Amino acid sequence: MATLLHGATGEWEMVIGLEVHAQVTSKAKLFSGAATEFGAEPNTQVSFVDAGMPGMLPVINRVCVEQAVRTGLGLKAQINKVSVFDRKNYFYADLPAGYQISQYLQPIVGKGTIILDLAGGETREVGITRLHLEQDAGKSLHDQDPSSSFVDLNRAGVALMEIVSEPDMRTAEEAGAYLRKLRSILRYLGTCDGNMEQGSMRADVNVSVRKPGAPFGTRCEIKNVNSIRYVQQAIEYEARRQIDIIEDGGTIKQETRLYDARKGETRSMRSKEDAHDYRYFPDPDLLPLVVQDGLIKSIAESLPELPDEKKARLVRDYGIPLYDASVLILEKERADFFEAVAKGRDSKLSANWVTGELFAALNKTGRDVTDSPISAAKLGGLIDLISDNTISGRIAKDVFEIMLETGKDAGAIVEEKGLRQVTDTGAIEGVIDAVLAANADKLAEYRSGKDKLFGFFVGQVMKQSGGKANPALVNELLKKKLAG
Amino acid sequence: MSAFTDLTLTAALEGLAKGDFTSVELTRAHVEAVEAARGLNAFVTETPDQALKMAAESDTRRKAGTVGLMEGVPLAIKDLFCTKGVLTTASSHILDGFKPPYESTVTANLWKAGAVMLGKTNLDEFAMGSSNETSYYGGVVNPWRKPGDNKNLVPGGSSGGSATAVAARLAIAATGTDTGGSIRQPAAFTGTVGLKPTYGRCSRFGIVAFASSLDQAGPMTRTIDDAAVMMRVMAGFDDKDSTSVDIAVPDYRADLAQSVKGLRIGIPKEYRVDGMPAEIDALWQQGMEWLKAAGAEVKDISLPHTQYALPAYYIVAPAEASSNLARYDGVRFGLRVPADELADMYAQTRAAGFGAEVRRRILIGTYVLSAGYYDAYYVKAQKIRTLILNDFTKAFESVDAILTPTTPTAAFGLGDKVDDPVSMYLNDVLTVPVNMAGLPGLSVPAGLSKEGLPLGLQVIGKPFDESTVLRVGKAIEDAAALKQKPEAWWRAA
Amino acid sequence: MSLDKATVAHIAKLARIAVPEQDLPGLATELSGILKWIEQLDSVDTSKVEPLSSVVNATLRFREDNITDGGQRDAVLANAPVSAQGFFVVPKVVE
Ligand SMILES: [Mg+2]
Ligand SMILES: [Zn+2]
Repeated sequence: MATLLHGATGEWEMVIGLEVHAQVTSKAKLFSGAATEFGAEPNTQVSFVDAGMPGMLPVINRVCVEQAVRTGLGLKAQINKVSVFDRKNYFYADLPAGYQISQYLQPIVGKGTIILDLAGGETREVGITRLHLEQDAGKSLHDQDPSSSFVDLNRAGVALMEIVSEPDMRTAEEAGAYLRKLRSILRYLGTCDGNMEQGSMRADVNVSVRKPGAPFGTRCEIKNVNSIRYVQQAIEYEARRQIDIIEDGGTIKQETRLYDARKGETRSMRSKEDAHDYRYFPDPDLLPLVVQDGLIKSIAESLPELPDEKKARLVRDYGIPLYDASVLILEKERADFFEAVAKGRDSKLSANWVTGELFAALNKTGRDVTDSPISAAKLGGLIDLISDNTISGRIAKDVFEIMLETGKDAGAIVEEKGLRQVTDTGAIEGVIDAVLAANADKLAEYRSGKDKLFGFFVGQVMKQSGGKANPALVNELLKKKLAG
Repeated sequence: MSAFTDLTLTAALEGLAKGDFTSVELTRAHVEAVEAARGLNAFVTETPDQALKMAAESDTRRKAGTVGLMEGVPLAIKDLFCTKGVLTTASSHILDGFKPPYESTVTANLWKAGAVMLGKTNLDEFAMGSSNETSYYGGVVNPWRKPGDNKNLVPGGSSGGSATAVAARLAIAATGTDTGGSIRQPAAFTGTVGLKPTYGRCSRFGIVAFASSLDQAGPMTRTIDDAAVMMRVMAGFDDKDSTSVDIAVPDYRADLAQSVKGLRIGIPKEYRVDGMPAEIDALWQQGMEWLKAAGAEVKDISLPHTQYALPAYYIVAPAEASSNLARYDGVRFGLRVPADELADMYAQTRAAGFGAEVRRRILIGTYVLSAGYYDAYYVKAQKIRTLILNDFTKAFESVDAILTPTTPTAAFGLGDKVDDPVSMYLNDVLTVPVNMAGLPGLSVPAGLSKEGLPLGLQVIGKPFDESTVLRVGKAIEDAAALKQKPEAWWRAA
Repeated sequence: MSLDKATVAHIAKLARIAVPEQDLPGLATELSGILKWIEQLDSVDTSKVEPLSSVVNATLRFREDNITDGGQRDAVLANAPVSAQGFFVVPKVVE
């Protein structure tokens, strides 16, 4: 994979780190009892605490703490038994209290790692610096009115996990793989739904460029990018922008930028131009957060099998290629589907059908494996017909298409359409004889040494049999007949 | 009618219980007293209709046999407590028109116990001050004057309106809050009893925050017995406040039955501050004698970091305040100065809405938290707090309570100290260490200055040992046997 | 530490409090006076002292994850200086 960018002065390397804000799956907010559900009418999921009303105080939600610990364990990270909530002070219309309750010096989760699954089954390790709990802000709408912004506090106070990576990524593809893998881990754990369209997962992207081997360059932070595709586009654009500036003799200014998906470019954020001075200090309304050993232990014991473990097991137990396994484990439901299909069947054939035909069909219609028009049992039925030689792989593809449309069982389709494979030696010999008779000239050529014509005869026989002749038998019988 | 307003809380409860009078009668007398005392400027908002309605409801409950611990008693509420549907201002312009859609836990506890609200009392803006002169609604006047002198004196602050309401017999008792002395100092200046409980004893939920790690609500009354009764009602665990402590609330009044015999009382030498008038020292000495006479043992102790409490307080309190007051931005409640740009709207609103002292403290607080100064100021101050707390912890290994003067002087004149912030801050030099360590502290009237103004002694206790603090206070109250009260000069006008 | 005009202007901006230019010198003097008085703390050796985290000798208490609040839009907006269509309204924010 090309990891370097070409500029006028030679090769450049990108250095990428990601800060992901993942909304914690919980019914109520981090410090108030208001609901977190997406899509409610404005300001209907707001407590007086969330609105920063005078005298209101925060009280922490147990589940949010447990979810952070669970995520930390899923990232093979260190859990800090004592952590501290700080106030991050800044003024913004959708930040009601004038500060965000976050964790600064003592986060709940320390260093961990994530393994990226790259093309061709290759993997790469990216360090996790930390994970901390914090409040989300509200939402400002700028297009309702020409001279004012409208503020909705439904999101204000929703629990977020900010997951910070080390600057370990070197390409936009790696950043994409990181986000996909992180999302899949969060979903396996059930700690974040990973829904980027609804904003439950957003990424702040730190990008800098350098000559290979040189020290890190000055980075820019692209805020709140809400799809993996945009993250990758923003990185490509931003790296190119920085290279152009440096090659033109300029220097990079450390700043916060915004990705404009419509224009496909990043631009400086005006609202963040003010000097950053968040004046962090421990929130005096809260006490130290202590996570007991017992809690950590019980959460650790309840962790599900995670993507990397599942991948290893699929390769080990089913003997499927690493790449197929890494495609399957991205979503737990996909892997479950595969395992249901593969149970008691040829696992490689099952993996081929699931990752090949089925995923292609799902992709085309934009469906998830959970609402696949062909159930695992039915796909298994089709594979059974291939395995017991009732149909050939070729015919199976036709049957699969019909199954997609009608939802019928493979067996029923085969019977109905008379697609059963011909394994009757006599019948196949009859077809071969007819083909040889009709192509006497080709037969002569073959016999005089033109071996390559073998394929031609196979094709003719298969065609005459309507694709139903058993290919292995055709081969075997044809060889005999051609030999004379 | 003056008989009603002279009743202590405990006497009023007895009278109501015996059926000598109704809550409506008692409340009406106080409503009239409030109206007749507008010259004192003790109230920001009077709620006479609500008071009489609550009194009538109380009388109904009493008839039905449901009697709370403060059934039918008319109170004044510091305007820092959010009261549902009733204007709550923190005596700041920036909270113009703010009617909370919720009730503070402490006031809710009082109403649940049957108490009646007369109105909301004036205070230093956002409780920042020691003379009540920083209020947007104007200073409160101390009902006490030097005999033969018409000069108006400050009632102390920040709970100056509450102290005045209690001293001037406008309310039977009042709520206060104390961040650095805001209950005890005005209590001392007005000859009333003020108790700042242990941090975590009273819920802070619904109290407009000044400095979250220091703020505590407490009772302001005319007697120790009254404080004991009211304290029990105000206190209690609240799951809406993460710093509220889940520990049983004792029957403080019953605990008062125990004498101070055998108690060890510490006298910290560091509280003898430079320039403290001889009469304050003499009062302190007198207090020791009274306690000895009552059977207590008086011991010299040392609290070596005392002098650093006040400057450290002036880092911690403004730092927390600068953050707590960020929410006053003209978006969701209170004053808004319109502007084309959001940042401008904030800056104009906050410039117009906050008074000079509040602005000063926000700026100090912003500075000490800002990049490069955090460790030198804020962290340093929190380390000093550790030292102060350690001093007290060590002292309490050998004593049960500590006795000091409450203030270095008696009440001073309106305007006397407004131009010199630091000399104003020094008012709290004896009360602030208690907040920094989160301990209970009481001011009890102990005598009069040679000019005839009230003076108080402070009793400091172990964490959650308000009972002992009140017992010591009771011994002083009994021994002092003060009969004086301020002349009702404001009525004549 | 004595504060100059520029520093006061900077912290006033951080605190979002408009201070007229002509008030800066006076404010700088006043704040410097307070900070100078605070500086007496420098004489205390705190190198081996842990900063106090809270006077409450306890750790954070957990609330259960139940929806107990919200659904009160009118009350939330009741005190707003300007609101429309269920939103708080502020001067246009440029991102
Ligand atoms: Mg970030
Ligand atoms: Zn964040």
